Amino acid sequence: MMVPRHAWLPLVLALAAVSPARAGTIRVVIDKLVYSPAEISARVGDTIEWVNRDPFAHTATVRGGWEVMIPARKTVSQKLETAEAVDFYCRFHPNMTGRLEVEAAR
Amino acid sequence: MPARSLAALAALCLIGSTAFAIAQDKPTDPQIAHIAYTAGAIDIEAAKLAVEKSKTQAVVDFANDMIRDHEAVNQQALELVKKLDVTPEDNATSQALSKAAADERARLSALDGAAFDKAYVDNEVAFHKQVNEALEGLLIPSAENADLKSLLETGLKLFQGHQAHAEHVAAELR
Repeated sequence: MMVPRHAWLPLVLALAAVSPARAGTIRVVIDKLVYSPAEISARVGDTIEWVNRDPFAHTATVRGGWEVMIPARKTVSQKLETAEAVDFYCRFHPNMTGRLEVEAAR
Repeated sequence: MPARSLAALAALCLIGSTAFAIAQDKPTDPQIAHIAYTAGAIDIEAAKLAVEKSKTQAVVDFANDMIRDHEAVNQQALELVKKLDVTPEDNATSQALSKAAADERARLSALDGAAFDKAYVDNEVAFHKQVNEALEGLLIPSAENADLKSLLETGLKLFQGHQAHAEHVAAELR
């Protein structure tokens, strides 16, 4: 069935207004004291879901910066609001390390 | 002494820790489970003493982290031996560890303030280092059961984390 092109236009515009950049969710799993992935690329507006499968509490800590506490066997969400490239580690187990690169929103 | 025992003893001497050097043979899985559990229980007891005695926030926080993590890993160990229907078996290494821990506890109990903090944290660095060397050099290679080996490997990563954490706290105290 043919639909006049202009009939779709309001719908397209409405969708664009609701989700201008389509922020994503990035899942980082912590299992046996390892972050996977350990190198995370994201954009401002994305959310990191830290999934801790260990029976131990962990953190994602940026030295001199922010910290996310991730209790044992819990999932914690973190909305990314700043463009930055930072190394993070677990304050309780400093041998756990990763890197996060957040680009400006599209 | 059979050649196998001599080789094991030589390997243990290289590890250089008194408690683990007492074992003269490759430990069995029930002995390994007992040694690992004992090491965890010792660290929990030391941490409880630190929570009671220390007035330094970083030391108390560290000690609480040790209690939480070692209780969690020992709980996993208990669940595993139950699942495998293995009874942990007391042995010379566990006994030597317990004896060394009792001596250390007596030494720590007599100290207060900054002297206690330093002695406790330094001992945590040394104890975790010793346990990690034993895990890497003897306990993990000797473990027969795959689940036990896997738990020990997680334990090694955990205790390496604790050693690094203890080193950070020790540096803060200086």
